[in-house]
Amino acid sequence: MSPSFSPASGFLGGVLIGLAAVLLLLANGRIAGVSGIVGGLLSRKPGDIGWRVAFVLGLWLGALVYWAARGALFELELLATPGVMIVAGFLVGYGTRLGSGCTSGHGVCGIARFSPRSMVATVVFMASGIATVYVVRHVI
Amino acid sequence: MATAARERLQPIFALLSGTLFGLGLAVSGMIDPAKVLAFLDVAGAWDPTLAFVMLGALCVTTPAFHYVLKRRRPWFADAFALPTKADLEPRLITGAALFGVGWGLAGLCPGPAVTALVTGSAGVTAFFGAMLVGFLLHDRIEARNAMADRPIAPRKST
Repeated sequence: MSPSFSPASGFLGGVLIGLAAVLLLLANGRIAGVSGIVGGLLSRKPGDIGWRVAFVLGLWLGALVYWAARGALFELELLATPGVMIVAGFLVGYGTRLGSGCTSGHGVCGIARFSPRSMVATVVFMASGIATVYVVRHVI
Repeated sequence: MATAARERLQPIFALLSGTLFGLGLAVSGMIDPAKVLAFLDVAGAWDPTLAFVMLGALCVTTPAFHYVLKRRRPWFADAFALPTKADLEPRLITGAALFGVGWGLAGLCPGPAVTALVTGSAGVTAFFGAMLVGFLLHDRIEARNAMADRPIAPRKST
């Protein structure tokens, strides 16, 4: 097992994500699914833009608050080459729209509503992600 | 309060929700693609943290959604905007499978990708740009299919 396994901070971060999803549903009646929220920006429906932009600004603000509290900028470790990042980004964009959601919409909000679609989608993208990493790291 | 006045408060609560979400991604370490890839690498030096993130989130959302959805309406909108589809259509499976491949290649899903843009990382920005292209291409194809599926009005014989 990896030495960087951090169940406590993982659980705490998850609770914060859960609270974010509950607040968005209770206040605005919306599902906190990031692919849906950002994807909806592209359809440019009048009156449906403000809250989506505010949510994205919040994501950045939340990360900045964390970095300010830690006193150091977070180091991101990208393991894929730029070309792979572009292919991956396209697959994530197209796939999440086709499959109506991502880790947050299906994995956190959909499963909480006991949606069979979200449970199936979560199992499929987890299995597909695990299979992809297996091929990249242990086969190729 | 009138509906229009109430809806004006939506961006404030979306900002609060987004802030909690971004903080949660940073605290849990899920903003770091290497940590997500270590979760997906079950045959390597496995890091199960992501499962604890989902567990923490579901411990909150599962009971809370139950109570929130008993309300007639949310605080600042006329109705809950919930997904209406119920069937396990092929596109749900295909879409989730394609998403998983991209997730496994980069270690980024939409939430961490959007949040990590704030770091100014060129790789994340490239990923995000390509993700928007994926969104747009899907919506373009969907709009075209909707046009093709439209029933053709019977032609009047002259």
